[in-house]
Amino acid sequence: MAEMWINMGPQHPMTHGLWNLRIKVDGETIVDAEPEIGYLHRGYEKIMEVREFQKNVVLTDRLCYVSSITWSHCYCLACEEMMGIEAPPRGQYLRVLTNELQRIASHLMWLAAYGPDLGLLTALLWALRERELFLDLLQLITGARMNQNYPRIGGVRNDMPHDFDKYCLKVIAHFRKKLKDHEQVFEQSKLFQMRTVGVGRLSRADAMDWGVTGPNLRACGANVDLRAMDPYDAYPDLSFEPIVRTEGDSYARYKVRMEEMKVSCDLIEQALAKMPEGPYRSKPPRRAEGEGFRRTEDSRGEALFYVIGDGDDRPYRVKIRSPVYSSIFAAPLMMRGNKVADVVAIMGSIDVCVGEMDK
Amino acid sequence: MGVEGEVIGKLRDRFRADAAIVRDRVVRVGIDRNDLVPVCRFLKEAFGVEHITCITAVDWRDRYECVYHLTSWSRNFMVQINARIPKDDPRIDSVTPLWNGANVHEREAYDLMGIVFDGHPNLVRILLPKDFEYHPLRKDFPQEVDRQYVSRRKIGGGG
Repeated sequence: MAEMWINMGPQHPMTHGLWNLRIKVDGETIVDAEPEIGYLHRGYEKIMEVREFQKNVVLTDRLCYVSSITWSHCYCLACEEMMGIEAPPRGQYLRVLTNELQRIASHLMWLAAYGPDLGLLTALLWALRERELFLDLLQLITGARMNQNYPRIGGVRNDMPHDFDKYCLKVIAHFRKKLKDHEQVFEQSKLFQMRTVGVGRLSRADAMDWGVTGPNLRACGANVDLRAMDPYDAYPDLSFEPIVRTEGDSYARYKVRMEEMKVSCDLIEQALAKMPEGPYRSKPPRRAEGEGFRRTEDSRGEALFYVIGDGDDRPYRVKIRSPVYSSIFAAPLMMRGNKVADVVAIMGSIDVCVGEMDK
Repeated sequence: MGVEGEVIGKLRDRFRADAAIVRDRVVRVGIDRNDLVPVCRFLKEAFGVEHITCITAVDWRDRYECVYHLTSWSRNFMVQINARIPKDDPRIDSVTPLWNGANVHEREAYDLMGIVFDGHPNLVRILLPKDFEYHPLRKDFPQEVDRQYVSRRKIGGGG
């Protein structure tokens, strides 16, 4: 039969942002796929070169509005590495705390998007309802629901408010109960099983070769979590077990994220219990020379900032490594052999965020 | 001696590279552009470096530099390779045959910095439009404003 190319995007409910997936179909079967990105390119790496180190935190927040704290946290770590300073213990714990709150909020946003992708509108309403609780917590500690501008080079902006731990534990206890409902609404749905189990399979070797990281890689059977492998901030003091699944299909990717939310709840409880007293911010130098890079486990995978300073108060060069940028180009491997209707089920499970991908 | 010492020793013996330990589990290697593919192949085969984290191109005043961040998940360490490229001939060999993940990072470095990767299967622009004429991350590509914030008091107007 004649083969033809179809554009899934740039405006398509599947894309969750502005990008284009060109698929080559033979009848209903996908023969090849080709992502096309760059619609949201804002020139971050260039803009950051004319702003002072501290001011860039505002920009890095906006790399991904769903998971802004994890991004500015990564940038601050890289700058600290270059300047040779370290955040005080309480600052490190507050960073871990907000990071994990942000990770849950981000995974819930993904869940809210994945439900309607597969025709399950209830999941959207429920997941956003739960996400609001975590955004309230973030608002309590940082003053804003999104784009918090909270991490600072050398620590965090402010201490946590009075009784914050009490609110936090209350929300987590409530959320643990609600998460069971979420699992049930997805997993007991026969339709959901049919559309995700065995669909969009990616092998472990391929995933590593193409640079896939984060939950997508752990769903392929690789025990790779930078919080455990290359621990930063207070993570060495906290104990947790990375979630690994071996199937490598869309269902495994869904499952990994659901389980990760529970792990994040544990980490928040541990961080609150071990929270040390003392200062939460140290003073960074205004000018810096040298280079430094740090990588963190972002909500979507391995985030890396590489910062070079030439003795000025602005960076000479900043490099942003986005996990989605690599993962999305492994999409053709997951697509081939599946049907056109599966595109949504596969791309939804990767958790695309175009803001960080296009930089 | 951990895996970092082993990596440094072997790279010094085989390629006379200036290698150093940056911190735990991180090694920094400075090489010339001609050594890049042999060094990468050696790291992949001898130490199981299976993941390419990113490729950064830097525009220094006297040279270009391609910075490769490579990761080995199995042995849990990272190598940063700084490959020097002369200013008047921005070309370097592609590592896409070794890791498919390098493909998009090399396209990005070509797009934004204009480094040509020899042997790349599909070296076209990725983030910018196909008909864009410049490589904006180069230092000779100006930005509209030098400083973003100008004090009103300094320019003598307004409150």
